Amino acid sequence: MSARDRILAKLNAAPVLPKAAPDIAAWYQTHRGTESTAEKAARFRGCIEFAHAEVHVVSPASWPQKLAEVLADKQIGKLLVAPGTDHGARAIAGLTSGGIECRGYDSRIEAWKEELFHDIPASLTAARCAIAETGTLVLWPDEHEPRLMSLVPPVHIVLLDAATTHNTFYEAMQSEGWANGLPTNALLISGPSKTADIQVTLAYGAHGPKELIVLLMGEAA
Amino acid sequence: MSEQALNFMPSEGFRARAKDVVENPFLRQSFRGAMDFLINKRITQFPDPEELESLRTLGEQIRQYNLGKLPSLLVELEENLTRNGIKVHWAETPDEANAIILGICQAHSAKLMVKGKSMVSEEIELNHACEAAGIDAMESDMGEYIVQLAGEKPSHIIMPAIHKTKQEIAELFAAKVPGIDYTDNVDELIQIGRKVLREKFLVADIGLSGVNFAVAETGTLCLVENEGNGRLSTTAPPVHIAITGIEKIVEKLDHVPPLLSLLTRSATGQNISTYFNMISGPRKPHEKDGPTEVHLVLLDNGRTQAYADEQLRKTLQCIRCGACMNHCPVYTRIGGHAYGTTYPGPIGKIISPHMLGLEATKSMATASSLCGACGEVCPVKIPIPELLMRLREESFSAPHANPAMRGQGAGYSALVSTIWRGWAAVYRSPALYRMATWLGSRFGGLMPSNQGPWTSVRVPLKPAPKRLRDLLKERG
Repeated sequence: MSARDRILAKLNAAPVLPKAAPDIAAWYQTHRGTESTAEKAARFRGCIEFAHAEVHVVSPASWPQKLAEVLADKQIGKLLVAPGTDHGARAIAGLTSGGIECRGYDSRIEAWKEELFHDIPASLTAARCAIAETGTLVLWPDEHEPRLMSLVPPVHIVLLDAATTHNTFYEAMQSEGWANGLPTNALLISGPSKTADIQVTLAYGAHGPKELIVLLMGEAA
Repeated sequence: MSEQALNFMPSEGFRARAKDVVENPFLRQSFRGAMDFLINKRITQFPDPEELESLRTLGEQIRQYNLGKLPSLLVELEENLTRNGIKVHWAETPDEANAIILGICQAHSAKLMVKGKSMVSEEIELNHACEAAGIDAMESDMGEYIVQLAGEKPSHIIMPAIHKTKQEIAELFAAKVPGIDYTDNVDELIQIGRKVLREKFLVADIGLSGVNFAVAETGTLCLVENEGNGRLSTTAPPVHIAITGIEKIVEKLDHVPPLLSLLTRSATGQNISTYFNMISGPRKPHEKDGPTEVHLVLLDNGRTQAYADEQLRKTLQCIRCGACMNHCPVYTRIGGHAYGTTYPGPIGKIISPHMLGLEATKSMATASSLCGACGEVCPVKIPIPELLMRLREESFSAPHANPAMRGQGAGYSALVSTIWRGWAAVYRSPALYRMATWLGSRFGGLMPSNQGPWTSVRVPLKPAPKRLRDLLKERG
């Protein structure tokens, strides 16, 4: 018998103690209300700012300009950005005239791991949606914006459409039907990387981005 | 004191280790301060007692429901992970788990493994196994990194280096990290760790992580963390190996949000952790990063023993938040190392006997005042005090056939048992009681002056020369 068979045999020999399925929908219905987009966006912003993220309210027209300002402010001259996406193409169009070098994640990691780890000061990705309750960005990395893009560069800038903000994590996964198919990696990001492992003193920039900047795109800025 | 010895006989030396901490004001202050901080952080996350109570009930229901279906859920998880391209391995013992992991490492000629935080990897002593096999296993969680540099073990399941002051860490870094001068600035210390470990993430052959929740229906491994080392460990190296106990499984994806909320709010008083990382497969052909191989090792190590008993099964509801130790008056005073087990504090006292046997852990359940704080804060309502009582009974009752636990009766002593039986008889019979108290009051002077642990800090017990009943009789 394999270890698998032995473990399953032991579990199957144990008394069967069936328990009723938990009613998760009912709990959320009782304990979490519904809110307007503006209320959710405000709550999202309050929470993620509390977690040390920087939030800029932008409009669909103005965000590339704000992006350029943020980069200039932080004296960042190079940005990792996905040319194959609409927002990436717009960012590149807006930035190259301002002298910012735009680099695409255009080859497999093996071909440029060292450069990504040492020479990319910032990245821009879009968020799939957000969660108001916890001030959380949801990212589903793909071939355009791979997993390490939101992780390795010390500054991560995220473009978020405020209209995609859900009230809770539960609501996000339910309304978007996550259980029907998840990507290789789905991520919830709720601030810059941090740790309190030394004497419970909070320090930012542990292993992931030191700064998280959200361009919160509403109807009008 | 070798780490091996610690793990095999945690009951031995407990008193001495506890004494060391109790007599060290700096350590006591470290633990007291950190635990008060965590207690207060948790309170701020649960301002509404009704919400807390109903969420705990929901958490308990979710965990009990999933444990009720554990064998079929494990099979479902295996099917869905396999369909997603994740290779599933099963291990009954720590040795088997280590052999599986080393086998994967050797198949890739691995030299360097970076580790995200995993208590199960501590449980199986993976770092020792790697060292013996010539593989460099490097901890990347800041707390674990510090503890590993110091050649120690975690003293808390969430905050591994909570027993160290920043000055100690500063000295450690100055001594052990090449080219580093002494600094006790916490930000600078973290940046040193970041710099050292980034280079490791860049070149590591294997990334190892734990699992907080494994979702059966989607074949997904979920990881909770703040630092980003978990994401790096599971994304940057070409191979990712995850290891988890067989109990950390949920059937449905929607079981995750309530448990995640309970976990981060109870553990560190955060409404959510910085990262929640959900992995459902290795890199797909069109994707540009992520490991090309993902493995999951499912570990038993005594969990099936707890599962077999209805009451003891509740131990497996645990989501490893550490709130029980944060609120434990014993843990706060003696710290995590005194227990001598991978998992310290109340959860350690109820889970370790299944992993190590009662022979090695017989007195662990007695290191408790049964104040009940652990049970009150447990986010999934594990009745920890009841389980501590049960484990005391398992340890100290006379050995019998078909015991529920390995090592049942390990603490049994015929003499002690006889004394207690006599005590019980005296209190059951008024005549015996009268006689015993009469003898006590007349011959109290014969009580020895050395009464064991009692007289180590107190004056000897001596029955009063007159009983209450004698005094009342004198009054008429």
